[in-house]
Amino acid sequence: MTKKFLRPPSLRPVATHYCSGCGHGILHRLVAEVIDELGLREKAIGIAPVGCAVVAYDYWDFDVCEAAHGRALAVATGIKRCRPENCVFTYQGDGDLVSIGMAETFHTANRGENLTCIFVNNACYGMTGGQMAPTTLIGQITATTPQGRSSEAKEGWPIKFSEILAGLEGVNFAARGAVSSPKEIIRTRSYMKKAFSNQLENKGFSIVEVLSPCPTVWQKKPIDAMRWIDEEMVKTFPLGIIKDR
Amino acid sequence: MKIKKEKTLMSGNEAMAEAAIKAGCYFYAGYPITPQNEIPAYMARRMKEEKRVFIQAESELSAINMVFGASAAGFRALTSSSSPGISLKQEGISYLAGAELPAVIINVMRGGPGLGNIASSQSDYFQSTRGGGHGDYFTPVLAPWCAEEAARLIMLGFDLADYYRTPVLILADAITGQMMEPVAMPLKSEFKNQIPEKSWALTGAKGRGQNIAKSFFLKEGALEVHNEKLKNKWEKIRNNEQRFFSYKTDDAKYLIIAYGSQARIAWEAIDILREQKIKAGLFRPISLWPYPEQGLQKCAKNVKKIFVVEQSLGQMLEDVKLALPGKEVKFFGKTGGGIPSVSEIIKFVKRAL
Repeated sequence: MTKKFLRPPSLRPVATHYCSGCGHGILHRLVAEVIDELGLREKAIGIAPVGCAVVAYDYWDFDVCEAAHGRALAVATGIKRCRPENCVFTYQGDGDLVSIGMAETFHTANRGENLTCIFVNNACYGMTGGQMAPTTLIGQITATTPQGRSSEAKEGWPIKFSEILAGLEGVNFAARGAVSSPKEIIRTRSYMKKAFSNQLENKGFSIVEVLSPCPTVWQKKPIDAMRWIDEEMVKTFPLGIIKDR
Repeated sequence: MKIKKEKTLMSGNEAMAEAAIKAGCYFYAGYPITPQNEIPAYMARRMKEEKRVFIQAESELSAINMVFGASAAGFRALTSSSSPGISLKQEGISYLAGAELPAVIINVMRGGPGLGNIASSQSDYFQSTRGGGHGDYFTPVLAPWCAEEAARLIMLGFDLADYYRTPVLILADAITGQMMEPVAMPLKSEFKNQIPEKSWALTGAKGRGQNIAKSFFLKEGALEVHNEKLKNKWEKIRNNEQRFFSYKTDDAKYLIIAYGSQARIAWEAIDILREQKIKAGLFRPISLWPYPEQGLQKCAKNVKKIFVVEQSLGQMLEDVKLALPGKEVKFFGKTGGGIPSVSEIIKFVKRAL
């Protein structure tokens, strides 16, 4: 009997610190699988964000750079411009990418930097205890929206940032996937492969947003968190390819 | 054979930019702010000629973090700004210090606090010499008093940054940055130590294990160990990298201490005071951190009175007092763009005799 489902070499054989039911484990694996499939492990330089995935370098077995909160794409720009032969990508959460780092994200995309951006949207700040994120749904209860996010209370609306970025000339590819089912995971993997391949073909900026569960902050069982993505999150953040030039 | 050095008329800002290119700076990112705009304009043209990287960033935050990336990738990287912009860069400078990444940061100081004005000032001394951002750290700070020295200090700065793996600050003021002077561009740095290979750089994990650039040490006790290691590095820099210039200090009874453009004004005052039979001398720190306290103590040994002149309300003054406990120290400073004149400095000294 041969083993078919193997651990990708770019993913270390260690247990992660993530909560049970968290989407980061699946996403770390998908990134590692795609990098290995494209033969990029020795060329890859990842940017780990500030947030729950801050120690992503403990799980990936290739070069990784830290970035201050929100600045991942600025750091990635610096690396990629110096090392255009390397494969440079960021892995960022919603608070990092859409809130504190909105300027860096927007301008990196607008410059058409030849980078790959993995955007993990769990509609909250996970690491700091579940505060409102720019992607928090209307009515969603968080530590800082105890009555549920309200646009009437001037707490704003969830920002569909991938759609906004897709409007920029510098963006080649934008898609939104989810890790809520095997089908969506496979689809998300194909988006990632496209986003990394684009970089190899020098096509400019590619972003893959992924709806990912945070059962701890959402106060749901892991299976219910997955259902919530399919039943609620997708209404605000529809899945599929947003732009493919 | 003596080689005649060709001199070019340049502003301090342009001299620093060209020196960075000569020093092998591969990456520049910056954001417009007066009075340092000649640097990005010069780099936009020259870096392209040299087939290197120039980026006009969307903010100072972005620029310093691009420099973080370029440095982590193993390349010599530079950013420049002026006081309010340098405040914005402090987060990034703290991260560079924590992650032990080399970089050179130019601050062409203008008036503050707040938006202040665009006139020359020396009011970022505290920020520059006391870390500046969050956390327990220092950055070497070099202060030029003319365009040619600015060029030399840029070259030295890149070497210090690589050798010690630390961000280095070049603290110029608007006068030094803007003034046009004949410059003999240095060809290489005065730094003599062998700079090690950047085996830590992120190049892709080919034929080696993973490299990580980071300042995060979550595990209990790990940050303490890291910070103790950094402390040893600061101590080494403190012991080895004190730099100063002195003028007529051998027999001086009165010592004027000033840095940057103010030292040039004080320098002229020394000669006039000497003509009036007043034995004055000049002590000019070149490294503001580490403060050249050993040199100062030597120069001040037989001095009766100390005079500190700054374009601030008295910031370097504190380091002078720390270096010379018990000495009588007088201060004269102007702020908000005011420039102490030669005659004012002479009056200030003579009043206290």
